[in-house]
Amino acid sequence: MRVTFTVNGRRHEADDVWEGESLLYVLRERMGLPGSKNACEQGECGSCTVRLDGESVCACLVAAGQVEGRDVVTVEGLADQASRRATDGRGTTAADEQRWAPQPAADAGVPLSPVQQAFIDAGAVQCGFCTPGLLVAADELIEHNSRPSDGDIREALSGNLCRCTGYEKILDAVRLAAARTDQSEAQQGEAV
Amino acid sequence: MAGATRVPTTITQGTTTKGGIGESTLRPDGTLKVTGEFAYSSDLWHEDMLWGCTLRSPYSHAEIRSVDVSEALKTPGVYSVMTHDDLPAETNFGLEIHDQPVLAKDRVRYHGEAVAIVAADHPETARRAAAKIRVEYAELPPVHDEMSATGPDAPVLHPGRDDHHAPHVAHPNIVHRQPIVRGDVAAARERADVVVRHDYEVGMQDQAFLGPESGLAVPAEDGGIDLYIATQWLHVDRDQLAPVLGLPADKVRLTLSGVGGAFGAREDMSMQAHACLLAMATGKPVKIVYNRYESFFGHVHRHPAKLTYEHGATRDGKLLYMTCRIVLDGGAYASSSPAVVGNAASLSVGPYVVDNVDIEALALYTNNPPCGAMRGFGAVQACFAYEAQMDRLAEELGMDPVELRQKNAMSQGALLPTGQQVDSPAPVSEILRRVKAMPMPPEKQWQSSDATRGGTDVDVRALPGGLSNTTHGEGVVRGVGYAVGIKNVGFSEGFDDYSTARVRLEVAGGEAVAMVHTAMAEVGQGGVTVHAQIARTELGVSGVTIHPADTQVGSAGSTSASRQTYMTGGAVKKSCEAVRERVLQLGRERFASHHPAWTGGGELLLEGGKVVTGSGEVVAALVDVLGDEVVEEELEFRHRPTEAFDLKTGQGFGHVQYSFAAHRAVVEVDTELGLVKVVELACAQDVGKALNPLSTVGQIQGGTTQGLGLAVMEEILVDPDGKVRNPSFTDYLIPTILDTPTIPVDVLELADEHAPYGLRGVGEAPTLSSTPAVVAAIRNATGLALKRVPVRPEHLTGTS
Repeated sequence: MRVTFTVNGRRHEADDVWEGESLLYVLRERMGLPGSKNACEQGECGSCTVRLDGESVCACLVAAGQVEGRDVVTVEGLADQASRRATDGRGTTAADEQRWAPQPAADAGVPLSPVQQAFIDAGAVQCGFCTPGLLVAADELIEHNSRPSDGDIREALSGNLCRCTGYEKILDAVRLAAARTDQSEAQQGEAV
Repeated sequence: MAGATRVPTTITQGTTTKGGIGESTLRPDGTLKVTGEFAYSSDLWHEDMLWGCTLRSPYSHAEIRSVDVSEALKTPGVYSVMTHDDLPAETNFGLEIHDQPVLAKDRVRYHGEAVAIVAADHPETARRAAAKIRVEYAELPPVHDEMSATGPDAPVLHPGRDDHHAPHVAHPNIVHRQPIVRGDVAAARERADVVVRHDYEVGMQDQAFLGPESGLAVPAEDGGIDLYIATQWLHVDRDQLAPVLGLPADKVRLTLSGVGGAFGAREDMSMQAHACLLAMATGKPVKIVYNRYESFFGHVHRHPAKLTYEHGATRDGKLLYMTCRIVLDGGAYASSSPAVVGNAASLSVGPYVVDNVDIEALALYTNNPPCGAMRGFGAVQACFAYEAQMDRLAEELGMDPVELRQKNAMSQGALLPTGQQVDSPAPVSEILRRVKAMPMPPEKQWQSSDATRGGTDVDVRALPGGLSNTTHGEGVVRGVGYAVGIKNVGFSEGFDDYSTARVRLEVAGGEAVAMVHTAMAEVGQGGVTVHAQIARTELGVSGVTIHPADTQVGSAGSTSASRQTYMTGGAVKKSCEAVRERVLQLGRERFASHHPAWTGGGELLLEGGKVVTGSGEVVAALVDVLGDEVVEEELEFRHRPTEAFDLKTGQGFGHVQYSFAAHRAVVEVDTELGLVKVVELACAQDVGKALNPLSTVGQIQGGTTQGLGLAVMEEILVDPDGKVRNPSFTDYLIPTILDTPTIPVDVLELADEHAPYGLRGVGEAPTLSSTPAVVAAIRNATGLALKRVPVRPEHLTGTS
């Protein structure tokens, strides 16, 4: 079957999709977007977390056919999404995502999103396999809650397994990203 | 960073160049990893690529009567189906003993053993074709424990063994046995005021790295093969692959692709040979990616162990003797079982001085899943048992458990049971003191001041049971426990352990830049960060490129045994020093008349892109000295030699270096439901020298958390018939961020003068003491004996 949906603001089409293929398989193997990771393919580890119409989901548990006509944001689109969110000064909606211009972050020289930069700065990346899913989940948390408590962070990320870090530096990174986001929003508020 | 620093005085390079050793520089692969662009082995793609799939045995022990692949071959989209009969050359592989068939021949020895492989144009087509292969099995009685392995009617799992351990084992189902005897245990037992003897058990832990086994094999025009692979040791994979493929080693080229964690599970080969064989058979690139279910069958696990320990002590708490027997279940194939036995035996006494010992460790061949390397490598199992013994002994003596440990703690100069002297700092007592001195976490942290949550002042996320909302503090008791451990660093027992680094210095874009090329497997630990730091320190440049790891440079050895910063870091340092000498020689030849320092005989250094004198005076710019010259060196670095342990007495200079960590665990237990919340897990560790403090602490926290997992949740369950019951992340649980507590870390830096920069391997020691500390805290909370890990709810409620 043919499946058409929007990924990181760009319309994508995949042909000859077998009915059993997951969104994760189509992203990774048919659309050249392997950033979402295949650690368990059973919805337990969160490494394939993407936003589907704004909601965080495990892409391995979503059948590709279910995504027809919908909007997906993956780790590859995080930087672009964050820069737009910063410009607009509000959360991203599905309508925002549809308006995005198709520009991969690295090519366009878009700076990393606050949560991406914080993961590097705090030492939250070791092997990095869990990182894309954690970034998407943490980005959603901070979008809704710019001053999360440690308990909030732990709850929001409890569906994302990491085997390398012991999570301490992931907590550091999310605290850092939230603080930076909160600060820049406050500055924007003053400017207005 | 607390702790005394004693760095060897010969190190004067790198005091001013930014981004050198001792700084928390950031990962060079960090940006790629947060944007999703970093190419892991499962992300690879090639034009015209096929997908490989493995058919595995549903039985743990069976004879293969026949294999019929005709239906599978007829499936549209299938390019190749291979069985044992299709193997072109050598049929077996293995790290030390080549006892494992690439594809099973006439017998399968464990549940999940590879029997056949398929290549097709879609992974689902390959899976469906594999399911059409008809294998006729005749089940055989499984060997599942010591009794069934060595009893009178035990089936011999590997008849006709000719490996070098075969002559000294009492039964062919024993892979290796290592005794250690020292002193006079019988006489010491007579003098003991208190004797504590108990049996302990450690379950089978899985490394559970997140990036599944995967790789891409591409047939080359020269008849060779290029394999892009996630592994821990490129060269040892190549050396096992070449004979199986029937190719000379130089035709088998391996390149490291992104590795999603390892922890020992990538020491043995998994899909390497299968992908290469299918690629050679079809003439097309072949990719194999395991899913999580297959991953549980695709790599070795930590040896489950049964341990019996006896300690005798005087009334005032001085250890007089120790005896122990450690039986490790090696499963169906040898993997690294012999080395795990050596570690378990030689580290079985822990970081304590005990003059009289009688030690025995052995590994069995069984029909259980093969076991081999996992972080801690034989020392984890022993540490759980000897630390439980320390607590029991302290209880018997009415002593403080930390005081008892400190009283018997080894220090520099101590003799190990092997007769080897500990000839570098061994701050065992000090790390215990430090971890005990850390502030305690506040009581009842779940009593939240945030009254908005559910209208109560309880934050269930901080309680046992967590979001399951099983208690609001009723039945919850707190406990505190301590443990300390000792781990060897580097390959032991006479192994020729070396690493190679190629370092190049040249002018590019108007500045002097370095390139470091090694075959070191970056598995997440941060070796690439540290190599760049070393090059900056030694060559005084800021621009350092890390070349992708491959087999076009000499071996780096394994990313195992906490050895890579010591070994490949040591090789990078050594090659940099040779490059530096050549640069200075160039300067003397070209510029001797320009500055008296060139010929003055005083020390010249490379700092901040300049040649400077010991007192910091600039002599020349590095770009001028280099000109068009490209200075390159490729050198090998070896640690000092070790020797094998004597097969009867266990005596010998077996290890290179030791690493010590101590933990204090604070837990809260819901005694009614048997649920445990680890509230805090503090660690103090001596690292010799923290080359990258951020990464060092990250290693300690990660290792600590894997120890927590073994303490309270992680175990592969294997039925008596050898079937694996929980091969999924639904049923094999690893700690989530809600299960993992705050992990404060106190790092000591007491230099080991034998090691580069005085450093000490970091990665494994924290995995050892974490487990017994958590269990000690649970015992402290509940008063239960708890002689087995993982501790499960039924062990705490008496319902097991």
